[in-house]
Amino acid sequence: MQQIINFLIRNKHSLLFLLLLFLSLIFTIQSHSYHRSKFVSSTNFFSGGIYDWQHSISDYFRLKEENERLLEENERLHNIISVFGVDSVTTKYVDSLSFNKPYTYTKARVIKNDYSKIDNYILINKGENDSIFPDMGIITDKGVVGIVENTTQNYGRIISILNSNSRINAGLKNSNQYGSLIWNGKDPNIVQLETVPRQAALKEGDTIITHGRSTIFPRGIKIGTILNYTLDQNKSYYLIDVKLFNDMTNIGFVYAIKNNDAIEIKNLENLD
Amino acid sequence: MNRDTLLNIARFVILILVQVFVLDHVNFLGDLNPYIYIIFILLAPLNINKSLFIFVSFVLGLTIDMFGDSGGVHASACLVIAFFRPVALRSVFGLSYEFQTVKLSNIGFGEKLAYVTLMVLTHHIVLFSLEIFNFSHILLIIKKTLFSSLFTIVITMLVLVLFRRKSDS
Repeated sequence: MQQIINFLIRNKHSLLFLLLLFLSLIFTIQSHSYHRSKFVSSTNFFSGGIYDWQHSISDYFRLKEENERLLEENERLHNIISVFGVDSVTTKYVDSLSFNKPYTYTKARVIKNDYSKIDNYILINKGENDSIFPDMGIITDKGVVGIVENTTQNYGRIISILNSNSRINAGLKNSNQYGSLIWNGKDPNIVQLETVPRQAALKEGDTIITHGRSTIFPRGIKIGTILNYTLDQNKSYYLIDVKLFNDMTNIGFVYAIKNNDAIEIKNLENLD
Repeated sequence: MNRDTLLNIARFVILILVQVFVLDHVNFLGDLNPYIYIIFILLAPLNINKSLFIFVSFVLGLTIDMFGDSGGVHASACLVIAFFRPVALRSVFGLSYEFQTVKLSNIGFGEKLAYVTLMVLTHHIVLFSLEIFNFSHILLIIKKTLFSSLFTIVITMLVLVLFRRKSDS
């Protein structure tokens, strides 16, 4: 017995070494098997917490590219959705020839945005080279921004909805009555919807969307909610204040909507 | 708690942080990372309690493993070089180590390089053998060991030269 204890004391370093080596080899072998070791893993609160902290800092440096990536994904998803969107109700059969996407979305970056004047314009970094052409609608993920007015090779100018010349077709989400969206130039968060017939049933807080009566916007793009409403002098039309979903003072990336059937529709309209 | 103990604790923490946050993401030429955290083991005081030294080396390796999700690979490699450090010291410094006249902070460049090379090679052989854990990939193990060792040795020598303690130089 005495000899065993002596042996242990004499070789305590080697024994400790072997013990710990054995332990770490077990961890290694565990890590090579399918059932991963739960003990040595970066998901524990210590290393996980430190990684969290590191990410919370390094994420800021990646925000830009991350944004870009999300926008690309959104662009792709929008394009997929638009196939099943508005026209899928009327499409009776699936055929590669008749199964065109009604709308194409293209992302763009805002390089100049006005909102303090009466007639405000927005400049985007895409133009004819990216098939952005006049009369295309511009939206963000939250709502309508404006309509393309002018394009060059590489840039596009947009009439913001905060422009006294802007007339966008819009209406109530829960009925088919519609009017046109204007801006009185006062508050960049509030636009006006006029010429909604008095027969419409309104409530404060109702959602206003695009109605798709032009070739610019598809139906169902959100604009804002009703803040308050009054009847005009003739008591025949409502004048509605609409609070925008978009913060027009803070627009970074936008999508341009191209209606692939625009020419066909316009030709039909101009028949007479 | 004297100054040397505090210095070693600080070195322990800083080396882990640098290794985990910076050097594990280098991926030079695809998959080469320098493992300079073993500087802690290289520079640990020569008269340190041996059991304590082995245990601390184990904890050092295990911490790196925890961050890298690599099981016990680094822990094993650290244990091995911590345990065999006296052998490396004796073979490099010979008699002057036996008589305890060696000071790690003011040895010549050649001896320092030999010491670092020996330790790093041992560490990396154990590390990559366990990491790949398949002796049919022995060529891959040797290749990774050689290239990574070269990388680690260069960085380690740079660190040792740049961060030399002024009082000893």
